[in-house]
Amino acid sequence: MRLDGGAIATLACLLGGAALLAIFNLAIAAGSALHVPSFVVSIVGKYLCYAILALAVDLVWGYAGILTLGHAAFFALGGYAMGMYLMREIGARGVYANPTLPDFMVFIGWNKLPWYWYGSEHFLFALILVVLVPGILAFVFGWFAFRSRVSGVYLSIITQALTYALMLAFFRNDMGFGGNNGMTDFKDIIGFPLDKETTSVGLMLATAVILSLAYLLARATTRSRFGKVLIAVRDAEPRTRFLGYRPESYKLVVWTLSAVIAGIGGALYVPQVGIINPSEFAPANSIEAVIWVAVGGRGTLSGAILGAVLVNLGKTWLTSALPDVWLFAIGGLFILVTLFLPRGLIGLFSGRGSTTAERGRQSAASEAVMREAAE
Amino acid sequence: MAEPTLLYLDGVTVSFDGFKALDALSLVLEPGEMRAVIGPNGAGKTTMMDVITGKTRPEEGHVVFGSDIDLRKLDEPAIARLGIGRKFQRPTVFEPLSVRDNLLLALAGDRGPRFALWARETAHERMRIDDLLETIRLTDERDRRAANLSHGQKQWLEIGMLLAQDPKLLLVDEPVAGMTDAETEATAELLRKINQKSSIVVVEHDMAFVRALGVKVTVLHEGKVLAEGSIDTIQNNPRVVEVYLGR
Ligand SMILES: Nc1ncnc2c1ncn2[C@@H]1O[C@H](COP(=O)(O)OP(=O)(O)O)[C@@H](O)[C@H]1O
Ligand SMILES: [Mg+2]
Repeated sequence: MRLDGGAIATLACLLGGAALLAIFNLAIAAGSALHVPSFVVSIVGKYLCYAILALAVDLVWGYAGILTLGHAAFFALGGYAMGMYLMREIGARGVYANPTLPDFMVFIGWNKLPWYWYGSEHFLFALILVVLVPGILAFVFGWFAFRSRVSGVYLSIITQALTYALMLAFFRNDMGFGGNNGMTDFKDIIGFPLDKETTSVGLMLATAVILSLAYLLARATTRSRFGKVLIAVRDAEPRTRFLGYRPESYKLVVWTLSAVIAGIGGALYVPQVGIINPSEFAPANSIEAVIWVAVGGRGTLSGAILGAVLVNLGKTWLTSALPDVWLFAIGGLFILVTLFLPRGLIGLFSGRGSTTAERGRQSAASEAVMREAAE
Repeated sequence: MAEPTLLYLDGVTVSFDGFKALDALSLVLEPGEMRAVIGPNGAGKTTMMDVITGKTRPEEGHVVFGSDIDLRKLDEPAIARLGIGRKFQRPTVFEPLSVRDNLLLALAGDRGPRFALWARETAHERMRIDDLLETIRLTDERDRRAANLSHGQKQWLEIGMLLAQDPKLLLVDEPVAGMTDAETEATAELLRKINQKSSIVVVEHDMAFVRALGVKVTVLHEGKVLAEGSIDTIQNNPRVVEVYLGR
């Protein structure tokens, strides 16, 4: 795969920016004006996790036309899988000093680890869960949804219902995931103390690298013949069927891949913010992720990353300066971008008409087929 | 059936809310044949194509492809993979993709996502695409986005995509609607060329075009076959004149 200017710029910004941040945090004394404080490193690490989620959303919304309003569910599930490991890693250092059971289980009177926590003390096993849990859920969900040809608004609504149902489930104490408090008070990750600066820097750098890899993977996928079929399905699904393609299998593959990427984002997020609780499943989170992508530029991949970082930068600033305004601000932003920047912020950079952002608009082809179908 | 037929419709009935769009329709197509289907608006021509391609399931009747493939049991992708291609009334190409990529996606071959993820364009595919581009006269537009083509060029690209599928049977719905006389003539020539390899059913209103094709004609009316034969016998058939040509 050849990298064009846009891809090289994206990777350079990501990896170069992360490396500079690390250097200005670690190598410059805390007293200096150039020193980057550790909380900034953690916040950037968090933004990069959101960018991974945005990339996942763009993959299905931008290229397959699936407007997901439930992707934060996959992100949160990846986060919970990592949270389980981080909980076990605390061991006897918890309040109840139980070497096996996490504090919240002792608190609700459990004396035995439930079966689905077996193996969670192993980091590698946790990584497998991070991939498998969102992946399998997405596969099963997609299998039924795409096969029964649910699409458009109906599909969006059931993705929203999915994340809402999971939120309610995870709120329950007897699920065994800490109820509404979730999981927190993590001590370390594979032996590195989470309260040390070098660990924060390491996690942020790891996130930047994984985001870059996810970007390259998404880019290769969307530029392959598979990606071309996906775009064809997005814009003229009936036509692809008459060519012998099964749109549902293409959607299922990209949907599952996207859920796995989102889950990995969630797994990186939890050690950096130090907590995972059911509010991560909140429907609003998934909707925000869609707005990041719209702001950055749907169907461009790098736009999704840009949108996630910029919108969250704005959110961090606004929620501390004017906390009540945030919801109105993001709603207004979404409307403004939809009306005046249909290709998103990234559209301002690339003047050429070759980005896929504008391809996202329902093309004349699909309308033609629709009319044909209605005839 | 004593002789092998390519397509065999018998007693096919389709109704929408009690209204019979197809009423015990029967039609037999020989291998290698080109057939023109005419009939007034609402006669059931498009519905007939929907039935053959698996888009609409008939309540009654047989739809058999080749010697024994029951098309009623298959869905659109499965029927397309058998080698039945369809051109819609309105040109429907993949607008964001380049002209080349439109042809690439249509080329006969594996349609599965696993294959598509790893597929590299082969020299053979490149050659086929170059040939097709020449046939449909879009060589100079190969790298343009299909969205930027003229209406006529889109019609041709779609025909190119059908050729790329290498179909045994091609269903063409009103191919010359909105075309200039020169384009219409070129299309008739192209269909005859395609017919050297594929059987064709072409639905058309334009009588001059049907005459230019010079093939057997089937007249549909209210979901039934009204008459069948050469264009001259058809045009002299009093019932056909009454319902169709006489207007
Ligand atoms: N999906 C449908 N629902 C209801 N009526 C339909 C539908 N499709 C076709 N029809 C009716 O069936 C008849 C035949 O339509 P069609 O096959 O499109 O005719 P033609 O292509 O010969 O003009 C028309 O009267 C049309 O209104
Ligand atoms: Mg019609």
